[in-house]
Formats: sequence, C-alpha cells, structure tokens
Amino acid sequence: MNFRGLLYLGSRYLTRHKARTLILVSAFTLVWLLPALIAMVVGQVETRIRARAGETPFLLGKNGSALELVFNGLYFTKPEIQVLAFRDVQAIQEGELASAIPLYSRFSAGKNRIVGTSIDYFLFRELEIASGRQLLRLGECVVGAKVAEENGIVVGDAVISSPETLFDLGGVYPLKMKVVGILGSSGTPDDSAIFVDVKTCWIIEGLGHGHDEADKLDPDKLLTTDATSGVIRVNASVEEFNEITEANVANFHFHGDTGDHPVTAAILIPHGTKEQALLKGAIAADKSLQMVSPTAEMDELFATVFSVQRVVLWILFAVGIATILIGILVFLLSNRLRKDEFRQLRMLGADLSTMRALVVYEAVFVILVSLLLSGALLYLCSLVTPGIVRAVLAS
Amino acid sequence: MITCRHLKFAYPGERFALEIDALDIKKGEKVALVGASGCGKTTLFNLISGILIPESGDLDIFGATPSALPVSERQQFRIRTIGMVPQNFELLDYLTIRENIELPFQITSVLPDHSGIAARCEELADRSGITAQLNKFPHELSQGERQRAAICRALIASPALILADEPTGNLDPGNQEKLVSLLLEEADRLGSTLFMITHEPELVPRFDRCIDLLKLRGEAGV
Repeated sequence: MNFRGLLYLGSRYLTRHKARTLILVSAFTLVWLLPALIAMVVGQVETRIRARAGETPFLLGKNGSALELVFNGLYFTKPEIQVLAFRDVQAIQEGELASAIPLYSRFSAGKNRIVGTSIDYFLFRELEIASGRQLLRLGECVVGAKVAEENGIVVGDAVISSPETLFDLGGVYPLKMKVVGILGSSGTPDDSAIFVDVKTCWIIEGLGHGHDEADKLDPDKLLTTDATSGVIRVNASVEEFNEITEANVANFHFHGDTGDHPVTAAILIPHGTKEQALLKGAIAADKSLQMVSPTAEMDELFATVFSVQRVVLWILFAVGIATILIGILVFLLSNRLRKDEFRQLRMLGADLSTMRALVVYEAVFVILVSLLLSGALLYLCSLVTPGIVRAVLAS
Repeated sequence: MITCRHLKFAYPGERFALEIDALDIKKGEKVALVGASGCGKTTLFNLISGILIPESGDLDIFGATPSALPVSERQQFRIRTIGMVPQNFELLDYLTIRENIELPFQITSVLPDHSGIAARCEELADRSGITAQLNKFPHELSQGERQRAAICRALIASPALILADEPTGNLDPGNQEKLVSLLLEEADRLGSTLFMITHEPELVPRFDRCIDLLKLRGEAGV
C-alpha cells in the first residue's frame, strides 16, 4: 500500500469511528495539557507573587509567623496577627536608617479590607489616583479600582466599616467614610483595598472618637464638673459622631499616647546596604519585633509549593502513563476486532507491514492531533490565565 | 492459462495435505469447483493467488509462477492479475460502497490509470443494479447487494482471473442466480477466466466445466 492509500484508509477509519477517535484524542489531549497548564499557571502565580514581594524590601512586625506578616503586609490578609506599637514605626521614621510606611489592615468594609497607612504608601507602590484626589484628612478614603468597579462607587460616595462584634458594646463601631479618590487598576491586592489614614483606623477601633464639646453641652447631659481640674463627666446620652465631616473634624481626638496605638506591619525601605545591616541589628536586638524579607519568605513558600507541584505532576504523570497504556490497549483490542478487515486488505494486495503501518498511522494521528489540540488549548489558556491569576491575586 | 502439476501443500503441524497431479484451465474458461467442505478448495485458491506457497510442484498462472516471485512482486502480480470475491462479502464497514469498490486503486499504486476509475465504478454498479447504493455504507445494504458490491470490487481492475470463493453461499436462490449471471457476463465481457467454488449443484450447468476437487486429488486426499 502506498502512503496515499495509508492516509486515505486511516483517515476514513478515524472519521467513521468518530466517538472512539474523539475519546482517544480527548484523553491524550488532557495527558499533555494538564501538566503543562499546571506548570504554566504556577509559573504565572509565582511571577506575580514574587514581583510584589520583590518590590517590598522589608516588613516590620511583631515577632511571630514571618509568613503571616508577609501575607498581611503584601496582601492585607491574616488580620489576626499580633500588632506592634506605632511608636516602633515612628522610631524608625525618625531615625536615619530607613523609611517606614505604617500598615494597619485589621478592619474591613464588606469583603474589602480597610488599610490604614500614610501617603508614602501610594508613592512607594506607584499607585495613581484615577479620579478624585488623595487623602487629606481623617475619615476620608481612597478605594481600589476593583472595589469601585464591583460596588459601583464613585467619588463623593461613602463606605461604612463593618462592625466587628454586634454584641460587644465596647467593640468596633461602624464609621462612615467619604470616598475622595479612586485608584487606577494595578492588578495587585491594592485594587481590592480601601485606603485610609492610619489614624482613621484607630477611630474605627475606638481609640479615638468625636462628640460635641463637653463644656458646650446641654446641662442635662452632664454628670459632674470639677472646677479645679476642669474634668467634666458626661452621661451616655452624649452622641458620638459616626462620620467625620468638615464641621465635626475638630471634635475628634485620641485618648492616650498615639505611639501606643497599633499597626499590623510597616514597610521598611533602608537607605543603603550599611543602613540595612544596622537596622537588622537594631531590630534583632529588640526581641519583640521582627524584620522580614518578603522575597526570602516567598522563596521558602515556593519551595513548599513546588514540592507539592512535583507531587501533583508525578500523579499526573502516573495518570498519563495509565491513559497511554489504556490507549494502547484500545488500539490492540480494536485491531483484534479488525482481524476481518486486515484479511480483506491482505486479499486485495496489502501486506502485513502495510497493516502495521496503518495501525501506527492511526495511533500517530491521534497523538499528533492531541498534541496540536493541547498546544492550541495551552496557547488559549496562556491568553486567559494571566487575567485570572491577576484577578485572583488582587482579590 | 492456469497450469498445475504435482502440486503439494500442507499446513504446518496439521494432517491436511493438498496434492494435485494435474489441473489445466484455459484462458477465458468458466470453471466451477466443487467438493466437500474441508477438502482444500479455498487452499487451492490461496495457492493460485499466491497467498500460500506450495511445498512442491509447478503452478503457472498466465505464464508466471507466483511462488517463484519475491513477496512484493507476488503481491503486485496478485493485484494486477486476480480479482477475488470472498464468501462473506467482506466490505470495509467504514467505507461507502463506492469507496469499497474503488479500494484496490486507493491502496496500491500497482494498478495503472486511476483516471477513469469513477466512471468504471458507476458502470459496474449500474450493471450490478446497485447504483442507488453507491453512497451508502455496507450495513445499509441487503446481503445480495453487498455481495454484488464485492463482485464489483473484484472486477474494478479488469482482472485476467476471477477467483470467487463460494460467493453465493449466503444468498437465497433468486439472488444466487442473479449473482452467477453477473459474474459470467462480466467474465465474458472482460474475457477473464472465472474459477468459482460452489456448493449449489443447480448453478454448475451454467459453467463451461466443473471440477470436483476430491476426484482431482484422487486417493492422495485426506
């Protein structure tokens, strides 16, 4: 049989037995596609995660899980991590070794995390205001692109922080915050965050509050007035503001030393290699704090991820081998069923090697089509997965 | 002419042995081959077509000795010279009737002139009464139609020798008659030699000659 005849008969057989061919092609396509797809997606996730980690030199946090600190500092997750005093951040800011950007990401508004920070954060992350303006005073917020898009928020709207405990009277009360700006999309977790000044977070927590001035209150609301010390005690009927406005902003105040108030982490940007070494030494000396390199933590995390990926790939490899063996079995069994067909071909002039070539051609055709199909699917996935990875990592 | 002298063949490890001292079939002759089941009729056909090689003896087919040819040449000789009609239709189920009839030309480059093949296929189908079935698959046809399609396939290359291995075995008397008529007419038209195995005594008179293989083998049989 010539090659043309081989192509003709093989193709006719495969097209006539569509279901069998489709099942075989689909099975082999998955065998080739799945490991490649997993490797590709893991690679994309790694690239994006490493990029954010790589852009963040160091994180300062309370001693504890370094990985949780990294996830809180980079992705605003793990709000239950131990907090450090704002004083520790101030001390670094006031020193000459590094810049420090406070982060307080304990509260949320709906499913979006409220991140208390300073204007430096926006400069550091190169976040652009797409509409509106930057934070100027207490009670204002700037929302990420995804927050605005998903909730239909425009500049001038308000977001309300979620109360943490419904039955805890001393707990966190909701604060209505005015949206003054919307960030451009960055494809990072910043898209899903609501940014406020760190002091606004402290007000949400109840460490600061606002109410009418005691000396101007209706006498019915007063309990005692000490003329000597000037201390005025008021009763519970005094209304606390749940929104910071131009009119009442002056009435907001913090009790106690703000240096004692909490932050969950701080981004540290050493001024140089020497300063970095000195800073590390200084923080290491303080047993209650830790200075973490997100890149190093991610390396450790990905070592684990890759070992899991290796296990998954080995499992897929085993499944792939099983599929290939089943495919071979299908071909062998179908060849037994085709005994009569081969006898006819022989009778018509085809020899044994031709029949073998026919079977090999059909197997090669199935493998080639499945390879092409898996290649095409992988290409299509490569167009879609970056967006999905970006969206997943941003949320 | 087909000439057979002192032909001997045995399947390895089996008691069966086919021995034929002398057999001559003239060019264009229509010969019926009869004999009890298992006496070696199909084996003789396989020896003539070169699928089997005799242990000894001479077998000359139109001046050629297939057993003396190398495998590929023997195969080419078979394709060019012999048209085979099997007992059980044996059409490929994944090809249409048209594709089955044209199959010898599709699977080999030995046959010359592919150009008029479609017209030749339609002509044969027309004479066989299966024109309407050309684009159907074998399972859509009756047994008689399938066997006629198998005959068309055997005749498509205008072979000098037609070997028909009991082609009427699975057909009713009406269809048997039609099929034998078709074979005889086509063999006449092509000037081909027709050698057909049959178990139907009523068909034998239609042939030029009848050979009883058991008698031919004499006492040398099983």
